[in-house]
Amino acid sequence: MDELKTKFPAAKVVAVNQCSGNSRGRFSPRVLGGQWGDGAMGNAEWVGARMRDILTRAGVRQGGLQVTFDGLDKPAFPTVPDFVKSLDVSRIMDDPDVIVAYQMNGQPLPMLNGYPARLVVPGWYATYWVKNLSEIEVIDHVFEKFWMKPGYRIPDAPCGCVEPGTAPARTVPITRMTVRSFIAVPAPGARVAVGQPVPLKGIAFDGGYGISEVQTSTDGGTSWRRTQLGADLGRYSFREWSAVWTPPAPNSYRLMVRAFNGIGESQGTQPLWNPAGYLRNVIEQVDVQAV
Amino acid sequence: MRAVAIGCWLTCLILASPAIAQEKARTLPADHDYAKLRPGPHRDLAQTQCQFCHSTDYIVMQPRGDAKQWDAVVTKMIKVFGAPLSEADAKAITEYLATTYGPPR
Repeated sequence: MDELKTKFPAAKVVAVNQCSGNSRGRFSPRVLGGQWGDGAMGNAEWVGARMRDILTRAGVRQGGLQVTFDGLDKPAFPTVPDFVKSLDVSRIMDDPDVIVAYQMNGQPLPMLNGYPARLVVPGWYATYWVKNLSEIEVIDHVFEKFWMKPGYRIPDAPCGCVEPGTAPARTVPITRMTVRSFIAVPAPGARVAVGQPVPLKGIAFDGGYGISEVQTSTDGGTSWRRTQLGADLGRYSFREWSAVWTPPAPNSYRLMVRAFNGIGESQGTQPLWNPAGYLRNVIEQVDVQAV
Repeated sequence: MRAVAIGCWLTCLILASPAIAQEKARTLPADHDYAKLRPGPHRDLAQTQCQFCHSTDYIVMQPRGDAKQWDAVVTKMIKVFGAPLSEADAKAITEYLATTYGPPR
């Protein structure tokens, strides 16, 4: 661990760590798996050694194609496949933000967050962020053990989706996160005062192109208005947004939020579906009552 | 081809770290009520066998489903994760799940 901290320059990145199946519990038709609400994500400042510096120091020979990452965790039963993930060598060499982190928010990694070191793959789902990292290996083939295949796969289509209730013909590993945005304030079912300004607040993030714009609708998606963006902590981070809305009349209102990233990707009005319950990024909505 | 140096380097350092070498006993909190399996045929068998690997949270939270769904789940646990279940026990657990956590009527 000392060498990790002293032999390599420390790199810092603020990045969202989100479960592939975050919000799976909202899929319809429902799918098996951990029935997450929207809470399987977090945003933190990570500090560690660049993975590409580590590879360079170790030396990758001609033909090195992928790198596998294993942690100290062991399966609950010996026949359960060990959790090992892989990244292409090129994915690591092209991206200085892929790091072996030993710090989270200025402190050593807590045990539950992967002490003493974990892989951080900004922009990609948490399945790659191997905790308690203990073994890194360069291989000359595509790694296809359980947690890369058949685990953590999405339909081989640009949307990563299929017709609800059907099975994909071909799958690929899940990788980059889709664009998401949330309304944190007001809470669902809140009562707000007619004619009084109501603060709307929340967060948005994507898979690494950065949030360029967040819009809200207070009429169920008919019209959209630009919101104010908060501090830019980098393209992998939560981006706060805020707006002020004055409810004109006593009524129930459907508030909605959608974000756009640096390459124009956004969110849809209809949820996309896949059998594993991954990639959810439908436009979120909150119903409030103005009285 | 293998970055053996790096693998060993990290492994050895981590294993040698005093924080890891020091063993600490930790008592885990009891499962919350939500995770308790509902009464039904072969409940105790399901409780014992499934908990070898996972909390019963992962049972009670799943979408309700018919025998076909639960048979596929139990079969996956055996074929993919190697759950050491006899054919009779697998059948009994499937029956428990399909009757206790069956489709809403």
